[in-house]
Amino acid sequence: MKHLLSINDLTASEAISILDTAAQLENLTSGTVKKLPTLRGRTVVNLFFEDSTRTRLSFDAAAKRLSADVTNFAAKGSSVSKGESLKDTAQTLQAMGADAIVIRHSASGAAKRLAESGWVSSSIINAGDGTHEHPTQALLDAFTIRKHFGPTRTDFVGLKVAIVGDIVHSRVARSNVLLLKKLGADVTVIAPPTLIPYGIENWGVAHSFNLDDELESFDVVMMLRVQLERMNEAYFPNGREYSRGYGLDEVRLGRLKQDAIVMHPGPMNRGLEISAASADSVRSVVLEQVSNGVLVRMAVLYQLLAGADQVSTGGLL
Amino acid sequence: MSELLIKNVVITDGSKVDIRIQDDRIIAVGPNLAGEGETIDCSGLMALPGFVDLHTHLREPGKENAETVLTGSQSAVRGGYTAVSAMPNTNPVADTAGVVEQVWRLGKSAGICDVYPIGAVSAGLNGEHLAEIGAMADSAARVRIFSDDGKCVSDPLLMRRALEYVKIFDGVIAQHAQEPRLTINSQMNEGIVASELGLTGWPAIAEESIIARDILLAETVKSRLHICHVSTKGSVELIRWAKAKGIAVTAEVTPHHLILTDELARGYDPIYKVNPPLRTSDDVIALRAGLADGTIDIVATDHAPHPAEDKDCEWASAAFGMVGLETAFGVVVTTMIETGLMDWDRLVQVMSINPAQIAGYGDQGRSLTAGNIANITLVDPKRVWQVDRESLVSRSSNTPFHGSTLTGAVVHTIYRGALVLKDQKLNGGGNVSNG
Repeated sequence: MKHLLSINDLTASEAISILDTAAQLENLTSGTVKKLPTLRGRTVVNLFFEDSTRTRLSFDAAAKRLSADVTNFAAKGSSVSKGESLKDTAQTLQAMGADAIVIRHSASGAAKRLAESGWVSSSIINAGDGTHEHPTQALLDAFTIRKHFGPTRTDFVGLKVAIVGDIVHSRVARSNVLLLKKLGADVTVIAPPTLIPYGIENWGVAHSFNLDDELESFDVVMMLRVQLERMNEAYFPNGREYSRGYGLDEVRLGRLKQDAIVMHPGPMNRGLEISAASADSVRSVVLEQVSNGVLVRMAVLYQLLAGADQVSTGGLL
Repeated sequence: MSELLIKNVVITDGSKVDIRIQDDRIIAVGPNLAGEGETIDCSGLMALPGFVDLHTHLREPGKENAETVLTGSQSAVRGGYTAVSAMPNTNPVADTAGVVEQVWRLGKSAGICDVYPIGAVSAGLNGEHLAEIGAMADSAARVRIFSDDGKCVSDPLLMRRALEYVKIFDGVIAQHAQEPRLTINSQMNEGIVASELGLTGWPAIAEESIIARDILLAETVKSRLHICHVSTKGSVELIRWAKAKGIAVTAEVTPHHLILTDELARGYDPIYKVNPPLRTSDDVIALRAGLADGTIDIVATDHAPHPAEDKDCEWASAAFGMVGLETAFGVVVTTMIETGLMDWDRLVQVMSINPAQIAGYGDQGRSLTAGNIANITLVDPKRVWQVDRESLVSRSSNTPFHGSTLTGAVVHTIYRGALVLKDQKLNGGGNVSNG
């Protein structure tokens, strides 16, 4: 595997292998020594054209824990604001010796373009491209689900997952739908019709306009961030009405299965798509998602840069 | 006085003839003609009236790094065109007599095909006030087609007034049908592919709702409406309905919409980014049927050159558009003739006769008979060739067909009696002075 651009790049067994590697890395770094020498001498560039705190910090921590050299490049205050193109920026970074480029960009397909245009030869990791995909988020979500519903299981058959909110604009939803389906989960996306993507019938998932219909049946409820700007684009009347229809409040929380978990990719709009009580409840695994994010991103960097053969021999060190 | 003799060429009725040209006119068509000047043996080739494009972006003035009137004319000649129509979305916009006359003069100075400027409908393409339509019509360029192409005349009142106003000189409004509110930040056809790719969709109804409205406006004010680059099945149905009612609407389809679909966007390569967007195979089939049955009147290239940097980037930042003059004939033969959907007479109608009639280009779209101006395209109808973007004559190379195999090749182009393309090579000015 040279790049991670889309969940479509992975087979189910490759995805599980990343989750297994993440689990091994968790064991190896759970002691006092959190750092492994695996990627010593390798350079990882975090190329962030969009504001992001948690994803950038997560990749930063992941690369550092594997002893890679990390360069952070944020578009603001850089030459991008002077009109430098994606191509020139990426080629500049490669000329500085980037082995891997982790890219976050507002344009859908930017990561794929970088990987396939012949501009650079580095490994490319998609850290979120527009409204397309965010594959490491889906992997860390799968890792989190697996920890709760069977740490060694190799598929999600029998698990019912709801993804709730702004599906149409969500790269998290797209990557999660692809990965959860690949692993055999039963997925329902729930949103008002304005936020359901065109052609959802072809996605191989159920969809519903009503959050209350089957709330008791889900093992996992994944809430998506809703941007209030959408209101001005007539996707919904206002935050209050959205919250009433699609927010996870205490009443809805109370209706969930005993062992159901509540997920959110962050950052949360408390009081909009999720109430504070739901966000802080015992069912919420939001902070676990954050720690798992570092492990899964370590696993991805490891598999891309250190080579998969070492995984099969268990030779993490 | 100069002479040119075309030997052993087949015409659309299947007969083999010679064509004798003196100065800018055909003087004889028949078997075994003799002449005094240059003779070209056209065995195996077919003679067609020179192609006429009603939708060409020549980029001059303003974006001479993408194309100029000269390089665009050369590209046209390479594609078998003897007339092109320069869209007004230049910088400055062609919204005054001064700018259209500049383009007109540049075309004359290039001198290898007719260059007819199209005038803007609204000043600055802003969609607010009418441009100086009358002054452009009265200018040396004699503008008869007006369009805000690239932008839609979305204000229904402005569209109504424009349709009414051009009746003074039997002009026509060429509408770029795109409801702007339904296409905010739109990147590609709204459909299954856009949805998976996370690219903002461009719904078919954004085109169809404007076409429906404009058909009704044209009926109301009894003026002539031309629909640019029809791209959806629904648009074809609306135009078919309008024609059945006798409303004066004509329509064009681009070569790329006859063959390419939105599936090509999957690699995020913006070479496939175009306005209107590539649609689905259902739409392609409907467009082919519409072109064959007369619902769609003409093929127009929407030749849209862009410098490499405007395509060598991420999809959202890339410019819309594709070059098309040099591949149009091959695409039409491949999609319409080879498939049996259309015969050669119909091809001549859609690529030469009908566009000349819609625009009123008197010396174009004429039959190959003695007395007519010699605008002739000589083609090899069976030649199979591979498109190579490096060998395009256009200053830009943004073709979506690089590496594709097409059937049907332009071999020679004769413009007003001059052999301006000979064996697929540009051939100076012949008897047309280049200054």
